[in-house]
Amino acid sequence: MKSKGTRYLALPYIVWMCGFIVIPLLLVLYYGLTDRSGTFTFDNVRKIMLAENFRPLYLAMGLSAVSTLLCFLIAFPLALILRSRKVGKGSFVAFLFILPMWMNSLLRILAWQTLLERKGVINGILSSLHLPEQHLINTPAAIVLGMVYDFLPFMILPIYNTLIKIDDNTINAAYDLGAGFRETLLRIILPLSVPGIVSGVTMVFVPTLTTFAISNMLGGGKVFLIGNVIEQEFMLNSNWNLGSGLSLILMVFIIMSMALLSRYDNGEDAIL
Amino acid sequence: MKKIISNAYLFTVILFLYAPILVLIALSFNDSKSRAHWGGFTLRWYMSMLQDRDILSALRTTLLIALLSALLATILGTMAAIAIQNMRAFPRSVILGITNIPMLNADIVTGISMMLCFIAFRISLGFQTILIAHITFNIPYVILSVMPKLRQASQVNYEAALDLGATPLQAFFKVVLPDIMPGVLSGFLLAFTMSLDDFIVTHFTRGAGINTISTLVYSEVRRGIKPSMYSLSTVIFAVVFIVLLISNFAPGAKKARGAGA
Repeated sequence: MKSKGTRYLALPYIVWMCGFIVIPLLLVLYYGLTDRSGTFTFDNVRKIMLAENFRPLYLAMGLSAVSTLLCFLIAFPLALILRSRKVGKGSFVAFLFILPMWMNSLLRILAWQTLLERKGVINGILSSLHLPEQHLINTPAAIVLGMVYDFLPFMILPIYNTLIKIDDNTINAAYDLGAGFRETLLRIILPLSVPGIVSGVTMVFVPTLTTFAISNMLGGGKVFLIGNVIEQEFMLNSNWNLGSGLSLILMVFIIMSMALLSRYDNGEDAIL
Repeated sequence: MKKIISNAYLFTVILFLYAPILVLIALSFNDSKSRAHWGGFTLRWYMSMLQDRDILSALRTTLLIALLSALLATILGTMAAIAIQNMRAFPRSVILGITNIPMLNADIVTGISMMLCFIAFRISLGFQTILIAHITFNIPYVILSVMPKLRQASQVNYEAALDLGATPLQAFFKVVLPDIMPGVLSGFLLAFTMSLDDFIVTHFTRGAGINTISTLVYSEVRRGIKPSMYSLSTVIFAVVFIVLLISNFAPGAKKARGAGA
């Protein structure tokens, strides 16, 4: 399809992307760098230093880092086991681990809310066993649990996809040359699975860093993350300038972590 | 011994993934308003779900948006992929760079940026803005699914068709499209599921009075969950499970997937 006319097929798409990606982002930039009267200012961006905005950002980074790490620690051994069992891409076991990805994520968070609530299922079971009720919901731990639960399949899938591509002979060669399991794992398998780990980390870290739904549903408004702050500025306080300013900060963090991660990534193939 | 440990591990993770969903399913049949006690088997939450206007209209909106946005994104995305394929390196990398933005950016920023844009251009928030937003974040997935197929598709066939007197359109529909169909289809399905599952972008681009399943769950949670939400979850889980089971394991599906993967 080398004919000249095909070039114009991209026209609708280019117009669409300018209208609904580029211009909207420029608007965020505009609102973030102006005040209500439209004069240029850095105030909105600077307000991230206020404790009420900085603490949620700090907390979000912490919780999302912990969740990403936990996802990795659960997913990597799992993918390794699936690989060693020769569980193929189309098998039922692999299917079981990917399936939750297709289930509406809010409904899955709803499930945890039902379990953890003060009058929820877990406390109901505890009290019927005459054990003291536990304070489970509205804690940072509950939010980490929700994050791990929601995004674990997104870590499993890319790591599993890269692990099953590693040639058995490569691993056997390491064993033949006298490497033990630990050495093979650290020096052969882990380096070869880096692209999968990178895309898994991206797929978990960014959404957990910016979530407001999980923290709202499992934090009961008591645990405030940067996503909650931005959401409230837009939907409750109608302060678009501050909301946009904080979004700019958030984007800087995302771009920085992407740049950091992309140094270890050499392919686009792991994502799809 | 090693096998036992790894079995136990697999089982634990499966338990972690499915126990909450099983609890939801159990609660949907529980004849008691309390979540902690089993009050006997009932189907009345399913009855009240079927009579709940909010749930039904949210279900309809969700499916309609998913279908329309996936369809339009597939058309726009496939056209764009063909054009991008034939571009020189520089414009190509610029366009692919912009294509990557909605996939890498945080949904919350995508959502608020589009909300600002709709308000700035006085497009009233509602069904149409959700649709536009979903098309926007869906197109990149279609492009990324179609591009590899285009790269594999043989250039020669298209030119042969032209030499044999086909118009470019005929050549496209009879020769190129069948070649890239697996990519187009998987792009469509990916877009469809992305749209079904989206909450954050919808949250910012919907107006008052219109809900998808995700935004409905979110607002219900604040008011206290009705047991009919559990019935809804059960129905959705059952549908997802059956559809994926059929598409993965039905006879003949393997072959189609092999071509698509």
